[in-house]
Amino acid sequence: MIVVLWTDVLVWLLVAALSGYAWFVHRREHLAAPWRRVSQSAAGMVALVVLVPYLAVGLADSLHFRPRLEARPGANAAAGRAAYSVEVLSVLDLALAPLRRNTERTYSEPFATRAYAKETVELGGGRVAREFPRLRFGGADLADEDDRGRDIVARLVRGAGLGLVVWLAGTFALVAALARGADAAYGELWRALWRGRTRTAWRAVLASAALVLVAAFATASLASGYHVLGTDKVGIDVLYLALKSVRTGLIIGALTTLVMLPFAVLLGIMAGYFKGWVDDVIQYLYTTLNSIPGVLLIAAAVLMMQVYIDTHPELFPTSAQRADLRLLFLCIILGLTNWTGLARLLRGETLKLRELEFVQAAQAFGVGPARILTRHVLPNVMHLVIISLVMDFSGLVLAEAVLSYVGVGVDPSMISFGTMINAARLEIAREPMVWWVLAAAFIFMFALVLAANLFADAVRDAFDPRVRVGAALAGKAA
Amino acid sequence: MIAYIVRRLLYAVPILIGVNLITFALFFVVNTPDDMARMQLGVKRVTQEAIDKWKAERGYDRPLLYNAGAQGAQRVTDTVFFHKSVRLFVFDFGQADDQRDIAHEIRTRMWPSLAVALPVFLVGIAVNITFALLMAFFRATYIDFWGVVLCVALMSISTLFYIISGQYLVSKLWRLVPISGYDGGLDAVRFIILPVIIGVASGIGSGARWYRTIFLEEIGKDYVRTARAKGLAETTVLFRHVLRNAMIPILTGAVAAIPLLFLGSLLTESFFGIPGLGSYTIDAIGSQDFAVVRSMVFLGSVLYIVGLILTDISYTLADPRVRFE
Repeated sequence: MIVVLWTDVLVWLLVAALSGYAWFVHRREHLAAPWRRVSQSAAGMVALVVLVPYLAVGLADSLHFRPRLEARPGANAAAGRAAYSVEVLSVLDLALAPLRRNTERTYSEPFATRAYAKETVELGGGRVAREFPRLRFGGADLADEDDRGRDIVARLVRGAGLGLVVWLAGTFALVAALARGADAAYGELWRALWRGRTRTAWRAVLASAALVLVAAFATASLASGYHVLGTDKVGIDVLYLALKSVRTGLIIGALTTLVMLPFAVLLGIMAGYFKGWVDDVIQYLYTTLNSIPGVLLIAAAVLMMQVYIDTHPELFPTSAQRADLRLLFLCIILGLTNWTGLARLLRGETLKLRELEFVQAAQAFGVGPARILTRHVLPNVMHLVIISLVMDFSGLVLAEAVLSYVGVGVDPSMISFGTMINAARLEIAREPMVWWVLAAAFIFMFALVLAANLFADAVRDAFDPRVRVGAALAGKAA
Repeated sequence: MIAYIVRRLLYAVPILIGVNLITFALFFVVNTPDDMARMQLGVKRVTQEAIDKWKAERGYDRPLLYNAGAQGAQRVTDTVFFHKSVRLFVFDFGQADDQRDIAHEIRTRMWPSLAVALPVFLVGIAVNITFALLMAFFRATYIDFWGVVLCVALMSISTLFYIISGQYLVSKLWRLVPISGYDGGLDAVRFIILPVIIGVASGIGSGARWYRTIFLEEIGKDYVRTARAKGLAETTVLFRHVLRNAMIPILTGAVAAIPLLFLGSLLTESFFGIPGLGSYTIDAIGSQDFAVVRSMVFLGSVLYIVGLILTDISYTLADPRVRFE
């Protein structure tokens, strides 16, 4: 049975809107030009190559369903309908089924074959001993534990090799496509690629793609025999947790901006264009909202939402739906506190635009304000919208972790970087230390945020040659 | 000047009223006091008497906006809105759920907050400016390029990791300072030094990068070209001319943050167990003490508005070209 969560709807709506935008831009030279500049930036393209797997994981995790339960003989037969599990799964869960199912009892180190804590084991014949028990899954294929090193290397080589093969195939396909498109000889194209002299930064793309593919395939190959990043307190594979966290981070980063965008754009350009009392009202609105420190407003709003959810349990049939609605609400609240910066920026830009000749000419021709705003002003401030969209993303991903720590973030049952860090934080005091959960959250988050930051920089440089806007946005972030 | 300040203060009044209305709507209209009581007392199996008692203890048993049962002016004043929201304007915050006076707590807790936040703020500005000047001096070289890359990398690390790794390395592994806690007097230094270092380190990425763009923007201006044409050395141009002019946006931007230093930092204070306003707020959120959260929201916006006014004043003091209108 397919389950449609609210955030899923919005995510796919966003994907559709982005595809529509890409198609729209593709056919218009003046809109495509800045994006082409992005494609020429090596740093931007490397960042994009890193972001793509994240997006793929996030999207695969945004198709939800409830699996059909195996009909038990006798039970439910009279009703004649299939029973569905209360557990809501996603397509990603299907792909990661081995990771999800192979749980241990408690903590285990990365690549461990034995548990992290001693347990009482029966040796047979009534004798018992305290020892580190073998894991149910980690290294279970090994006949002899001493073979672990050799086995890891073998799996690593197999995975990396497969990754390289895929990469080579992709590279040849790319060169073939480029050669057909440019009508050039293969040898020449290879040389241009090797020396990095292609217009689009293909060399950077291919180099980073090689790294990403080898790393991904090697991890997958290792994960088939071990817990690559260890297991957490209740024995769930940390790699699985980290991959599931990706969707939460992406949704907070993307949907928040999507939610606030209509307000910010509409109010910002209206304040700038109409001036007078409209401007006063809108400025009052955003100064008031801005004057409440963000964390406190979010905390207050989330507390109130918690009260609402707790006193109306009948509205939420499954815990996944409850967590999802809470996530959506968090996006809305974050959006409400975040739109003021963009609105102020757009107001300032519109104030300048409205004095320009083409707007005055439109006014002289008797064009209505609504049409002037949509046809003449909006297209000329779109670069600011795009810049702030990508610049805000990384900050929001970071904010999610902090808010979850404070206790006003996502639902505690929802897997996210914040909840992972929160659960692992207390274990740092243990001897020997449980470091791998934090390390996993750190690596996945750092790669995502760093890539998003670098991509945002490339987009900003391409869309706005002046550094001023960047300075203003960075100032807001600081 | 005084007329200008008075006018700015008057502008602040409607904003504070707006904040007040927003918090009132959030805390009392979205969910009625009954809902809050039910939540605090446990959702299931709670009797109406227990709810009424909870409300009476906290003064939530009045009507929200208009008391039809009262006489004269009491019709308006004997309401939740008047007691809980309007009173905030005279900084009468009422009592927390543990029966302590919130105003008193704020007065005692703001000093530890300030003891951490002020050094972070001052040292942070100094470090960021130094780092940014270095990058601006070596602009368009590998030092500048890798400096920016380092900044972006530092920006991409969550504050949580700075705090956790700092605590682990300095306190647990090297045992240099206590992991957490606070003490009055000079002893406080032992507890403050690590949070300050971490606070500064976590801010370098975004701060230094931002200041660098300000410096680069100044370097592109005409007066710099004139100074170079006069034959001044590059260091003189940078330190005498560019630095002084770039200080205008940097200082005025920093002034806005000064009043908010009183609120402290939620994360740092709760990780290091510093009894400031940040940890007070976090504890209130954790125990769902609505009165405290409401007070902190109001206090925060008051301080923000004070910061705005200070910014406008400092503009005119720092830059003689700006005049009061």
